[in-house]
Amino acid sequence: MDFGFSEEQEMLRATARKFLENECPSTFVRRMLDDPTGTTPELWQKLAEQGWLGLVYPEGYGGAGLGFVDLTVLMEEMGRVVLPGPYFSTVLLGGLVILEAGSEAQKKEWLPRISSGQARATLAWTEPNARWDAEGITVSGKPAPGGTVLSGTKLFVQDAHTADALVVAARTADGRRADDGVSLFLVPRTARGIEVKLLPTMDQTRKLCEVMLNEAVVGPEALVGEWDKGWSPLARVIDRATVALCAEMCGGAQKVLEMTTEYAKIRVAFGKPIGSYQGVKHKLADMLVDVENAKSITYYAAWAVDEGAAEAPLAVAMAKAYVSDAYRKVAAAGIQLHGGIGFTWEHDMHLYFKRAKGSEFTFGDATYHRERVAQLIQL
Amino acid sequence: MDLKPTAEQQAFRDRLRTWLRQNLPREWTSRVVSGPDVPRSEAYLFLREWQRKLYEAGFLGLTWPKEYGGRGLTFMEELILHEEMALAKAPPILNLLGIGMAGPTIIAYGTEAQKKRYPSKILSCEEIWCQGYSEPNAGSDLASLQTRAVQDGDHFVVNGQKVWTSVAQAADWMMLLARTDPDAEKHKGITYFLLDMHSPGITVRPLRQITGDAEFNEVFFENVRVPAENILGGLNNGWQVGITTLMYERLALGFGLQVRLRIALDALVELAKRTKRNGGTATQDPIVRQKLAQLWIDTEVFKYTGARAVTKLLKGELPGPEASTGKIWWCETHQRLQDLAMEILGPYHQLVRGSDWAVEQGIWQHTFLRSRANSVEGGTTEIQRNIIGERVLGLPKG
Ligand SMILES: Cc1cc2nc3c(=O)[nH]c(=O)nc-3n(C[C@H](O)[C@H](O)[C@H](O)COP(=O)(O)OP(=O)(O)OC[C@H]3O[C@@H](n4cnc5c(N)ncnc54)[C@H](O)[C@@H]3O)c2cc1C
Ligand SMILES: Cc1cc2nc3c(=O)[nH]c(=O)nc-3n(C[C@H](O)[C@H](O)[C@H](O)COP(=O)(O)OP(=O)(O)OC[C@H]3O[C@@H](n4cnc5c(N)ncnc54)[C@H](O)[C@@H]3O)c2cc1C
Repeated sequence: MDFGFSEEQEMLRATARKFLENECPSTFVRRMLDDPTGTTPELWQKLAEQGWLGLVYPEGYGGAGLGFVDLTVLMEEMGRVVLPGPYFSTVLLGGLVILEAGSEAQKKEWLPRISSGQARATLAWTEPNARWDAEGITVSGKPAPGGTVLSGTKLFVQDAHTADALVVAARTADGRRADDGVSLFLVPRTARGIEVKLLPTMDQTRKLCEVMLNEAVVGPEALVGEWDKGWSPLARVIDRATVALCAEMCGGAQKVLEMTTEYAKIRVAFGKPIGSYQGVKHKLADMLVDVENAKSITYYAAWAVDEGAAEAPLAVAMAKAYVSDAYRKVAAAGIQLHGGIGFTWEHDMHLYFKRAKGSEFTFGDATYHRERVAQLIQL
Repeated sequence: MDLKPTAEQQAFRDRLRTWLRQNLPREWTSRVVSGPDVPRSEAYLFLREWQRKLYEAGFLGLTWPKEYGGRGLTFMEELILHEEMALAKAPPILNLLGIGMAGPTIIAYGTEAQKKRYPSKILSCEEIWCQGYSEPNAGSDLASLQTRAVQDGDHFVVNGQKVWTSVAQAADWMMLLARTDPDAEKHKGITYFLLDMHSPGITVRPLRQITGDAEFNEVFFENVRVPAENILGGLNNGWQVGITTLMYERLALGFGLQVRLRIALDALVELAKRTKRNGGTATQDPIVRQKLAQLWIDTEVFKYTGARAVTKLLKGELPGPEASTGKIWWCETHQRLQDLAMEILGPYHQLVRGSDWAVEQGIWQHTFLRSRANSVEGGTTEIQRNIIGERVLGLPKG
């Protein structure tokens, strides 16, 4: 039993920290708030050169063949700088579904290009009903001459506007169980009948879109995995993406803690550094407890999905529930302890606060995941 | 990162599991066990026997060196021990203060003679230990302690008073902190003594607690003579030695308490499943479900934060101030758990042992009340937060 990171993982962490601090200072993040793509071609290419776009894909598909624990290290570092851009949507959503459920031809076509930075992908999963379960999938996929007709609206889709391919989850049968009758389709964004609209959102570091499917016709080659059997691979991908998101959230929370601690050491009020007042000190201590616990449960979940352990879904649900609350609380305390300056646009605290809020609800908030835990432990 | 046990660890686990199955006292397993309780006095004899059996089977003092009665294993085996004890719902260890604190501190600071003399008797429960730190005017501010020890030839003569001393009424030895140099700076004039509780001049007076039991005591010293050879870690070096003990205390808490928390939680889930509410069971009530799930998560979180600390230890680091995070987390989680138990019991929460209507003979009421001590004993949560703020985050002192 070993609950630490290996030397290679520590090296990955050091490299990633240095790279991201250089390439993604908050001046860059702020520039990307107003840039509709959320990234630059130069940075994207550099991420590819680091080997990070294919980090968890097998070497045969142009990846580095590393595991989710390695990815956790990287995601934490990305969270520290609030990395904008379509990394998450491409690598952990669109790409991962193709890896998990795609045909050999689909994998060969897409994964090497994703790994090398030539192609971007995303997952069109959630809808205006804002549900995270199988029942929420109502966009219809109806067999028709020449393939399948997709109709309906997807909402909260990450980076659909810059993706080359969308994996669309559609209802292809009204099975007796909601998780029976979901199929996945790989659709080029420019296909006819697809319209993408960028949504104005609170957290502008992560772009969300509305995707309208106006009787878009896709050919038989577009099916990812088996007809009607798309929910189970989708759920596995979402579990993994959730772990990655938790890791990103841990990194952000850790950075907020560090920034706030530093501020509490230098900001003087009533003749003393505010960090010497217990009202402030104890709040920071609680932030540390939350951050450390968030990491513990996230690392456990990362290990569990890497191992394909039977308890992985429970581990993931526990992690997302815990980390969602923890990051929100830590980021809010970060603003509070910075006083008036924490409330300004100019200070970086709001970047973290908004990312925390967005991530809290991505893939289900704490309440949703606590209910999942309740079910999995058979309450 | 690999949470799977190695082959040796698995073998250890299997051996332990079999042994527990064969040796668990039946009169214990048939009881309802619901808390990380300090053992109640009516169980002392029984628990002494249980600890001796565990020791003789080779399951105590796992991390202590073999030459001092230990097993020379690692904290990983220790973790496994506690997990399996929880799974088996085994009785707690009576000589907790000895095993968690006195033993490790003696092994860290003792002379060869002390290391040969004490640790194995701690493990076998031949000698029960108590901790004489707190005084009426020295609780959180431990360094203000006033109990004096004055040298007289090859002895020291102790006068003064301790308070809140758990198990002093049953203890054979005390970890005593006493002031040996009144002129030195507060922290520098304290010495750590190994005190024989059967020495003349010691009076132990039980204090009744919020639960109605008397598990802790006032202890008075009147010209009690301690041989100088019973100093641990050097004259006037008691603060440093004492702090080490506290680090081990928190570590021991971390291991043992995760397990007890889990036992309590399992019992609470069972209680909730049996309790009717709004036409269903309490577990079907959405709010109770949320609270139970959160407790489940928080208990697991505690386990994995502990496992990370163990990994650090195995890499050769000493237990540090981070252990305070576990103490805070544990006591707040446990208190929340006990609060929820009262909520689930509803009006029945009022009935204590003695009432025919009391649920599970009133054990929940007892553990609920007992849990209020969690955020005070072993250093208050406020003090733990100060430690994290100042020693982990490096914030200035107030
Ligand atoms: C939206 C907004 C509108 C405002 N409008 C006005 C206005 O119209 N006119 C005006 O004059 N001001 C205004 N303010 C300023 C406001 O009054 C100050 O922000 C506030 O008094 C805190 O001061 P500070 O920002 O310097 O934070 P600091 O005093 O530096 O405090 C930083 C942190 O330390 C904590 N802290 C400081 N001292 C202690 C202590 N002794 N014990 C415990 N904790 C402590 C604080 O609670 C805070 O969390 C406004 C602020 C905001 C956010
Ligand atoms: C069940 C139980 C068993 C115990 N067993 C033992 C034992 O075996 N041996 C032993 O030596 N002791 C034992 N203790 C004593 C325990 O260690 C002390 O109670 C504890 O250290 C607190 O000291 P105090 O009670 O004097 O409270 P005080 O120190 O007077 O504290 C009162 C309140 O003020 C707060 N406070 C104090 N100083 C600060 C500060 N600087 N900043 C913020 N808040 C502060 C505290 O957090 C607390 O809330 C036991 C206590 C209990 C309840």
